[in-house]
Amino acid sequence: MHRKITVKALTLVFFLFSIVSFAIDKSKEEKAHGTEKTKEQREKEVEEYIPHHLLDSHDFSLFSYTSDEGEHVYIGFPLPVILWDNGLNIFMSSKFHHGETIAKSGENYYKLDHGKIYKTDAAGTITYDTDHHATNSKPLDFSVTKNVFTVMMVGLLMFFMFSRMAKAYKNNESMPKGMGRLLEPIVIYIRDDIARPNIGEKHYKRYMSYLLTVFFFIWIINLLGLTPLGINVTNNIAITFCLAIITYIITTATAKKDYWKHIFWMPGVPTPMKFILMPIELLGTFIKPFSLMIRLYANITAGHIVLMSILGMIFIAQNWLGGSLSFLLAMVLGILELLVAALQAYIFTMLSALYFGSAVEEHDHH
Amino acid sequence: MDKLIGDFSVGLFFWQLVLFVGLVLLLKKFAWKPILDSVNEREDGIKNALASAEDAKKEMQNLNASNEQLLKDARAERDALMKDAREIKDKMISDAKEEAKEVTSKLIENAQASIEQEKQAALAELKKQVADLSIGIAETVIKKELASKDDQLKLVEGILKEVKLS
Repeated sequence: MHRKITVKALTLVFFLFSIVSFAIDKSKEEKAHGTEKTKEQREKEVEEYIPHHLLDSHDFSLFSYTSDEGEHVYIGFPLPVILWDNGLNIFMSSKFHHGETIAKSGENYYKLDHGKIYKTDAAGTITYDTDHHATNSKPLDFSVTKNVFTVMMVGLLMFFMFSRMAKAYKNNESMPKGMGRLLEPIVIYIRDDIARPNIGEKHYKRYMSYLLTVFFFIWIINLLGLTPLGINVTNNIAITFCLAIITYIITTATAKKDYWKHIFWMPGVPTPMKFILMPIELLGTFIKPFSLMIRLYANITAGHIVLMSILGMIFIAQNWLGGSLSFLLAMVLGILELLVAALQAYIFTMLSALYFGSAVEEHDHH
Repeated sequence: MDKLIGDFSVGLFFWQLVLFVGLVLLLKKFAWKPILDSVNEREDGIKNALASAEDAKKEMQNLNASNEQLLKDARAERDALMKDAREIKDKMISDAKEEAKEVTSKLIENAQASIEQEKQAALAELKKQVADLSIGIAETVIKKELASKDDQLKLVEGILKEVKLS
């Protein structure tokens, strides 16, 4: 046992050394080529890179670098672009060459600008207004972007994970097997500590599918956001909006009479108060899912920005003290982000369950 | 806020809605339902097994208690029977004794009574015989007196001898 650990530690040390020596080699090379950037340039680059990283993109690039010839090289693969512009236009995003060229599809020309596709002419002119917003018309973009692709992959992963887990139960006399042993306590936790106490014994079964799916979906996708794959799905407002609106729709669709009664005609308060409470309560039903949306979006976005800023400091400082300090800080924050990934999934599920609970709650005491 | 709305991508929303709702429905059919059913089934099984074990234990206890009770009852019954038997025996003995005593005393009484009767009868007979004899003697004496003085004497002596003999 001890020997194994020693061997592993030694391997790790060698690995780190090789990375460090590689980095040193590279910086020497850069110096030799005279392409070393100034601190200000590096700062600007990091500053530009962070929001760019937070955006969705039309191709799946794991990383990019500038080759010795000064050319941007992207490692990754293109994704299909699906546009609705008086007819369907489908082509691969490789046509854009990462925004460097104009894509021609049918009779139309399109250009990528800051992650968005604009309609343009053969010359690729894009006009900007005073706030530096492009004024060109935008086609309806239903492309399979990086985020859509990730959602698909996560969906597939979840489907395989949980359908296999379900099969294992059937073949194993209702006992979990393999991965199921790890996942079952979480499933039971969601059932016994989130759904049951918040929704109630009578109705909780109806909501289990959604609660379980949303929990694992957010958790897995948050965790993927922490991998070096450069994926960040839950910091897209469209994604969190979609999840929140599903919670809202389920709450509204399954609400019982008591729920509406408590919104429009609050029992147990004087009549004038009922009129005052009506708009407040009604607004509350929208604020609840809205807070769900903003909470998840803001937490994950903030985590990514802070983590990347600290990592960016390594490149800005470029000395051993700043580098190692940033590394240490990034590691601690990374661990915190691991916690946040699970916590946000938990909170989203928990609050959804709470809203469902309020929708089906029966007030016997009135 | 402006940035939030600006970042909102209708395409992404559309895909997420379709994919996520699809995922929920698929997982519901192929994963969550079988998983939760299995878990419930297992939990119910465990619960039932525990409950039946508890029942069996209780039954055992009841059985033990009733056994104990039965034994106790039997013992008490035996004791009662023994006591009754003893009582009956004692009573029988004492009754027998009493009866025997009564019977003997009655017998004795009867015997005494009959003895007394016999005695009275004998005495009466004796009296009668003495009277008869006396009368006979007197008769004979009177008859002889009339004949001769000597004969009279002889007769009396003869009678006296006879009496002595009897």
